Amino acid sequence: MTNANGKIVGVNGNMLIVEYQGNVKMNEVGYVILGKKRLKSEVIRIRGNLAEMQVFEMSRGIGIGDNVDFTNELLAVELGPGLIGQIFDGLQNPLPEVARQCGFFLERGVYLTPLPETLRWDFTPLVKEGDTVERGDTLGTVPECIFTHKIMVPFNFYGNFKVKSIADAGNYSSKDTITELEDENGKIYPVCMVFEWPVKRPIDIYEKRLKPTEHLSTKVRIIDTLVPVARGGTYCIPGPFGAGKTVLQQITSRYAEVDIVIIAACGERAGEVVETLREFPELIDPRTGKTLMERTIIVCNTSSMPVAAREASVYTAVTMAEYYRQMELNVLLLADSTSRWAQAMREMSGRLEEIPGEEAFPAYLESVIANFYERAGMVQFKNGGLGSVTIGGTVSPAGGNFEEPVTQGTLKVVGAFHGLSRERSDARRYPAIHPLDSWSKYPGAVGAKKTTYARQFLFRGNEIDQMMKVVGEEGTSLEDYSIYLKSEFLDYVYLQQNAFDPVDASTSATRQRYVFDVLLRILVARFTIKDKTDARTYFNQLRQKFLDWNGAEWESDSFKNIENELNAMIASRQVESERDLQVIFDKTFE
Amino acid sequence: MRKIYNKIERIAGNVIIVKAEGVKYGELAEVNTDHGKSLAEVIRLDNELVALQVYEGTRGISTNDQVRFLGHPMMICFSDDLMGRIFTGSGKPRDNGPELMENLIEIGGPSVNPAKRIVPRNMIRTGIPMIDVFNSLVESQKLPVFSVSGEPYNELLARIALQAEVDLIILGGIGLKYDDYLYFRDTLEEGGALSRTIFFVHTAADPVVEALLVPDISLAVAEKFALKDKRVLVLLTDMTNFADALKEIAITMEQVPSNRGYPGDLYSQLAARYEKAVDFEGSGSITILAVTTMPGDDVTHPIPDNTGYITEGQFYLRNSRIEPFGSLSRLKQLVNKNTREDHRALMDGMIKLYALYKETLEKKAMGFRMSEWDNKLLKFGELFELKLMALSVNIPLEKALDLGWEILAGCFTPEETGLRTELITKFWPKGKKGEEE
Ligand SMILES: Nc1ncnc2c1ncn2[C@@H]1O[C@H](COP(=O)(O)OP(=O)(O)O)[C@@H](O)[C@H]1O
Ligand SMILES: [Mg+2]
Repeated sequence: MTNANGKIVGVNGNMLIVEYQGNVKMNEVGYVILGKKRLKSEVIRIRGNLAEMQVFEMSRGIGIGDNVDFTNELLAVELGPGLIGQIFDGLQNPLPEVARQCGFFLERGVYLTPLPETLRWDFTPLVKEGDTVERGDTLGTVPECIFTHKIMVPFNFYGNFKVKSIADAGNYSSKDTITELEDENGKIYPVCMVFEWPVKRPIDIYEKRLKPTEHLSTKVRIIDTLVPVARGGTYCIPGPFGAGKTVLQQITSRYAEVDIVIIAACGERAGEVVETLREFPELIDPRTGKTLMERTIIVCNTSSMPVAAREASVYTAVTMAEYYRQMELNVLLLADSTSRWAQAMREMSGRLEEIPGEEAFPAYLESVIANFYERAGMVQFKNGGLGSVTIGGTVSPAGGNFEEPVTQGTLKVVGAFHGLSRERSDARRYPAIHPLDSWSKYPGAVGAKKTTYARQFLFRGNEIDQMMKVVGEEGTSLEDYSIYLKSEFLDYVYLQQNAFDPVDASTSATRQRYVFDVLLRILVARFTIKDKTDARTYFNQLRQKFLDWNGAEWESDSFKNIENELNAMIASRQVESERDLQVIFDKTFE
Repeated sequence: MRKIYNKIERIAGNVIIVKAEGVKYGELAEVNTDHGKSLAEVIRLDNELVALQVYEGTRGISTNDQVRFLGHPMMICFSDDLMGRIFTGSGKPRDNGPELMENLIEIGGPSVNPAKRIVPRNMIRTGIPMIDVFNSLVESQKLPVFSVSGEPYNELLARIALQAEVDLIILGGIGLKYDDYLYFRDTLEEGGALSRTIFFVHTAADPVVEALLVPDISLAVAEKFALKDKRVLVLLTDMTNFADALKEIAITMEQVPSNRGYPGDLYSQLAARYEKAVDFEGSGSITILAVTTMPGDDVTHPIPDNTGYITEGQFYLRNSRIEPFGSLSRLKQLVNKNTREDHRALMDGMIKLYALYKETLEKKAMGFRMSEWDNKLLKFGELFELKLMALSVNIPLEKALDLGWEILAGCFTPEETGLRTELITKFWPKGKKGEEE
């Protein structure tokens, strides 16, 4: 079948109307011929002999009658060894390589191979001639960073195949043929280490999908302890601008306990990606001894880059995430911000003159969001192995108001909600996750009973605070006042965490459990207190000590010293004996 | 020779439609009217119908006026001769100097490859504690001033421009009041900065659509100078007028509005301009300070809201002061780690206490008895506003930090400040161990 071709009959921003000849399919890629340049575009609606296309570039200079070549291929990415450590745009264009060719600025129509043949790998075969294989089966492996990268039967090879030949162990280019596969009709296909897969189609090669129940440690205390994330789960971070969405994702991308992190910088500031881009190659991941870049892929389609490519970027990212999941790895995809992706859809929907839904978002917004998050999951493969894709997306609601379509559509499908509050960020209470409004369906680092206890304490503290606003401090009992101070204390020394302090920035699950127990004892215990001023002074002193403790390296001498001092401070005021307190503690949390 | 068309099919708002052939998207045309020539840009193509937005507005345009396509998009001259000159929003001389026609460059060019960007690292000192201490301005930052009309935002802009160490200032006036334009000109002249300033001034009296050109022209010129090793400061005032011009065109083109009449691509449009802020490795830089007046003093209005999501923080100007709440420099942590070791902690600590002061104020207003702690906070808040927040204060960063410690020590015991012991030991003013003060 020959590919279709067409001529442009309309231009409206980045939406082109093309009169075509032949057959075209939905989401097919076509190229607008503009002099020597070819501008990549995607079919997004077909009406009679008119195809409406979004062009992934600035449309300046395109005119009526310009030619379009269709490719008969869907928008796809290359999958294979060598993705890790790379920086791509939304269409998987390797940006550093583009910079080498074009200099400071992006140039239209420059599309480079994400996995060029210059990449070479040490291949070890795992099948032999005559074996029967199907899509997703492992043909062999190559080492990539600290991972054993599986070279698999391309995912679009439906049916059974016989291995006609397989390369010996050795060093090959990523585009060398390493095996020949024969289909049931005897047709033979050469296969290399790289193949393509359409980004908008989920990779579904697994036995079953499991419920996400395994705790994913982000090292952010408020998250892990109060509103945890699970491997294979989904979560969202809505918040007004400046509330701390990006910083939260940045620290998660550094410290989260997963194998691979994929950062999708979607339609926001370029400068923010640059920090990651410049720092990760320098930062050593203590768990692997390698740089952070060796577990990271960055997809970067920032706000001034073409809008249609922004729409594609989250799919590009999640497709690569699913690919590495096939290798029995735990992958974390962080998308910042999903609202920009939704807005890209809105812009296009407007140009297509579709009937608008709320705030002019397209009517299908919710289902598209749901489908995207559905690509997360913990899955089991036919060999029994497990892999996961976890998705965390920020949401940037207009006016900071969560009652808007993207936030609402997202809340319906995710497993945890980390709502950032303007009040908390204004008061520099970072991370500004609202401890009472936020929720999670996943298990946490310290156990459900303790989490619930802390939550209730915060709830009670907040009630008292609200009441004090009405009746004043003088109208509040000393007992209530102490509860209020304790809940403030919990917030100040535990929920708040300084992202820019080398030690405080990340707290391991072990340390969280340890420290949280000390904290809970303070919450549970009663103290001898004269009056409110005395109470405030005492808790200020405790707070000071605790903050110093947060800054001390885990299990260091200074950690132990401060802990002793802290215990002495607690003991000096504690009403119950140590033994009685232990009994109460055990009974409460047993 | 380009084709000339003598029939305008439709005129609506500031958009005209002509039937034409061989026209490109984004191409420029000249419309000849009784009142002179006006530039127009192609904003939609639909078979033989070409829609153009007319920069001088459509008032008085007649159906038989001449439309001549120029075969290129909007261009502007780039040369050292621009320095010290004053132009209109579309680049025509506003002073009596000659029109500059050589070395034309395209405006609204492609964006910088993120992989070529570097992490900003140079602080721009302003002498304003609310900026230097609490929200440091950084070279290559893009930062708006959120404000209601009537606030001294243009004074603030001019003051920063004069005090900042930059090689070149570009003032992009968008719907600028004529008086304000004169104010900028005179202030920069008195400060001896006129010869390193270029003005592109669209005034409130000029046609609305022309406002759309100002950011692009200013930033295109800035970009070229930055590539010639110049540190450029671009001042845009007021971007709300730019957004309103976008809205007008969108409504004329019958686009579905997303929020209060503004087009769905407002975010992308604003981002395309603000993201021009950059530090070119081994060369110059562009820093953008832009006024965004907030309609109805509402920060959730689509213009400030979208802006805040794009820029690297914002200065919130209210009651002639930069408010600590709402104001933010997202790049501050890149530079305040290298100033003085107490900078960060003091900044956070004082803001937390100031937040408590605000709560106490509320309690006081409701008639509650003030506790000892409340009284301390009240004292602190007043000193803070007087000595650090007032815009009249003009002191170097280090002096401002010292002053911060003085204020704390005058109000609190060390542990009430929530600052770490090691800093207290080092910086707490001698003889003021708290309560005995
Ligand atoms: N965890 C944190 N610790 C300290 N400061 C923070 C933290 N989170 C955010 N901030 C401050 O808030 C600013 C804005 O945060 P950012 O994540 O960029 O907001 P958003 O993405 O929600 O717009 C940062 O530049 C930083 O100054
Ligand atoms: Mg952000």
